[in-house]
Amino acid sequence: MTPTVFRPSGAGLRSAAGFLATLALGLALLFGAPHTLDTFGLVQCTGFAALAMFGLSQGFVWGFAGVMSFGQAAFLGLGGYAYAVAVLNLGDSTLPVLCAIAVPMLFAALLGYFMFYGRISDAYIGVITLTVSVILFQLVNATSGSQYRIGAAELGGFNGIPAIPALNLPGHPGEPLDTDGIWYAAMGALILVYVVLRAVLASRFGRVVVAIRENETRAQLIGYDPRLYKLLAFTIAAGVAGLAGCLYANWGGFISPTVFGLPMSAQVIIYVLVGGLGTLVGPMLGAVLIQALIITAGSQSVLDSNLGLGLVLVGFVLLVPQGLVPVLRGLSWRLIERRAGKAAPGPLATETAR
Amino acid sequence: MTLPVPTGLNGVPLRPLIEARGVTMRFGGVTAVAGVDFTLGEVELRCLIGPNGAGKSTFFKILTGQLKPTEGRIALRGTDITGAEPHAIARLGVGIKTQVPNVFNGLSVHENVFVAASRRKSLARTRAIVDETLTRLGLTGIARREVGQLAHGQRQWVEIATVLAQEPELILLDEPAAGMTHEEVHRTAALIREINRTHALIVVEHDMPFIRMIAKTVTVFNQGRILVEDEVDAVLADRRVRDVYLGKQAA
Amino acid sequence: MDLAGLLAFNVLTGIATLVLITLGLGVIYGMMRIINLAHGEFMMLGAYTAVMASGAGVNIWIAMLVLPPLVVGVIGLVLERTVIRFLYGRMMDTMLATWGVSLGLIGLVTTLYGNVVRGVSTPVGSFDIGRYGASLYSLVIMATALGALAAMFGLLRFTKFGLILRATMQNPRMAAALGVQPNRIYMATFALGAALAGLAGGILAPISGVSPAMGAAYVARAFITVLGGGPAIITGTGLASGLFGTINELVSFKTTPVIGDVALLAAAILLIRLLPQGITGRYLRRSL
Repeated sequence: MTPTVFRPSGAGLRSAAGFLATLALGLALLFGAPHTLDTFGLVQCTGFAALAMFGLSQGFVWGFAGVMSFGQAAFLGLGGYAYAVAVLNLGDSTLPVLCAIAVPMLFAALLGYFMFYGRISDAYIGVITLTVSVILFQLVNATSGSQYRIGAAELGGFNGIPAIPALNLPGHPGEPLDTDGIWYAAMGALILVYVVLRAVLASRFGRVVVAIRENETRAQLIGYDPRLYKLLAFTIAAGVAGLAGCLYANWGGFISPTVFGLPMSAQVIIYVLVGGLGTLVGPMLGAVLIQALIITAGSQSVLDSNLGLGLVLVGFVLLVPQGLVPVLRGLSWRLIERRAGKAAPGPLATETAR
Repeated sequence: MTLPVPTGLNGVPLRPLIEARGVTMRFGGVTAVAGVDFTLGEVELRCLIGPNGAGKSTFFKILTGQLKPTEGRIALRGTDITGAEPHAIARLGVGIKTQVPNVFNGLSVHENVFVAASRRKSLARTRAIVDETLTRLGLTGIARREVGQLAHGQRQWVEIATVLAQEPELILLDEPAAGMTHEEVHRTAALIREINRTHALIVVEHDMPFIRMIAKTVTVFNQGRILVEDEVDAVLADRRVRDVYLGKQAA
Repeated sequence: MDLAGLLAFNVLTGIATLVLITLGLGVIYGMMRIINLAHGEFMMLGAYTAVMASGAGVNIWIAMLVLPPLVVGVIGLVLERTVIRFLYGRMMDTMLATWGVSLGLIGLVTTLYGNVVRGVSTPVGSFDIGRYGASLYSLVIMATALGALAAMFGLLRFTKFGLILRATMQNPRMAAALGVQPNRIYMATFALGAALAGLAGGILAPISGVSPAMGAAYVARAFITVLGGGPAIITGTGLASGLFGTINELVSFKTTPVIGDVALLAAAILLIRLLPQGITGRYLRRSL
């Protein structure tokens, strides 16, 4: 699938406008939600924020670097487990959060080195990442029994790790954040990661990453090593997924091997596909929409939610392969330009070719 | 009849810009390039001609590291670059416009050139190169257009712009005039002559009038070997060259 | 000695299982360059067919060996016509679409039959290798795997359909120019691959728990074996299954089955790192 979006051509202004609008909306949610939602709603939104960050990770690596990571759940799971194990051993949550980012990044760097420097083709990368996540699932799933422990943390096999201590302010272990606090942490982190990824993409490194997605051969012939850039992008995305895993573990205070599972990897692919490949807003929006759908489906017992997810996935591939955000964006700009065009026909009007 | 001077011939110790010795490329049972010796001096302009399948594009791919030769060595200013990665060779100062345009289709003209210019350079320097290159190639008017939506000829120019923006020492152009209008061909020829004032070039082309416009020395490839290498008028008058172009190579 | 015999027997069973679960995936990938992420669910459907049919009183051998490939082959045909055919030449999109199909099938079966584990009893008993008991059913698995390989070889080597398949594989446009409709061929190939997956599901139903999500347990191994095997479907599947099956069984024997799977994966990634085109991409390229 060729991502057709990310059209900075002449769209610098619009891009900046979109960024500011997203940022404003994010900040409004961050400070508004605790005052308008009840505890249950806020907890649910915290979960959305964690999964939206997971979506960002997939959206970055797939949509911008063009790396078909089909096992992004591996990094979510590693992040969640790294946080859980570290915080159970250390008490204070500051270092564990860093572990949740660093462990998946190290793992991704190693795996990525094998894949990218081994000149493995795109489809094979999809299969290998997917396989790795399945194997991790099986591995963690088989850690039942008290002999599988890391320090004070028992891995617990398919039951997972219960009662994971929540985040605390640095230096104050034993004073975990309350529901509001976790929300601020999760949503704040989401906004931060979004801003950081935007900055990365605007940097020269980001431009080269996108250029490699567009044409690897040309990038090589002007002196860039695609293997290195892909490896770095893959590793960055793993770090984001790891942080999402940490938030996910905080959200439920619990983690189990299902975070490594195929359904998890499939879900995040669907977030990106539904929201829009080649955007950052799309995957976040997709995460919220799809999770809302799963929760709705879960409240009735007639149909299994996988059926809905499968139909959404097939439907979008066949009918709306570019995703919702690009479609909506195109529509809205066309509308705005039509109005503006009547007043003052400017050069902008020619820009919305698609 | 004067042959281009290879290293050390007649006791003249010239260090060539690029030197290929005994380069051979086999694909399974097919030998695409067979024992080619090729030398290019500093700021030299060389045209490569030859029928389809003569091995010209394969030879370009070997020079740029896209293919590793089965046998033989290639040196760039005395540095052995045989089998080096394409990006490493590009960093040593080799730029190529490929036969099928390789551009970043989803990016704007400006961004294409920017990415090429920006490697290891300050932002100010990069911007200066981008502006200069766009002006030089007359692309300023379409700088914000997405390259994927441009006409074929324009895409060729964008690719040439990317190659120039990376500031290479040696520029390889694989069929730069293909698909261009008459007027564009003239502009391309003028551009090549201008570039050649400061840079070495190797140009693969089929268009004989175009070759006459730019060439001093011509190397003719046939069936993976160098058939003849001489001044342009001598080559174009050569019987063997006519033969390979006029059907004797049809088999 | 007895132990060595048992181990050898287990290794052969492991290889045969790997051949069975891989062959259908390999056929579709080899001929159509489609990585069918619904492969595990095709197996699951085969297993359900076996469970349902034997529950309805159908002879167990027919329920396991005949009905699953037929039923799943038809399902494959339908999916090819309704989804896959719109996506030819778009490798990533076919992967995504088949992943969607995979989720959809899990959801559908869960909705219809519930998220419970079912089973069929093994139709044959056991025999002794020295002091150890071994399942006769393993012999059935080996025989089926050999039979499936031989049938595929015969199909590709000796039939007109096989010739067309091989030609389409080599060069779709050339085959089209010769008057062969690639669409028909792709349709038949996809159905064939699905049928083989169904057969694998049917035959493995008695020795694995049958549940909607059972496919996930097999897909990773099947994918990695196909990639390891490379372009020649039969030789590649056979060789890669032999290599990975041996590693898997030996490590499983020494440690646990999960570590065995990890070893299989590690071996496969190493192999693909060394031979990116798989075993038959480098050696025995002209084999089938």
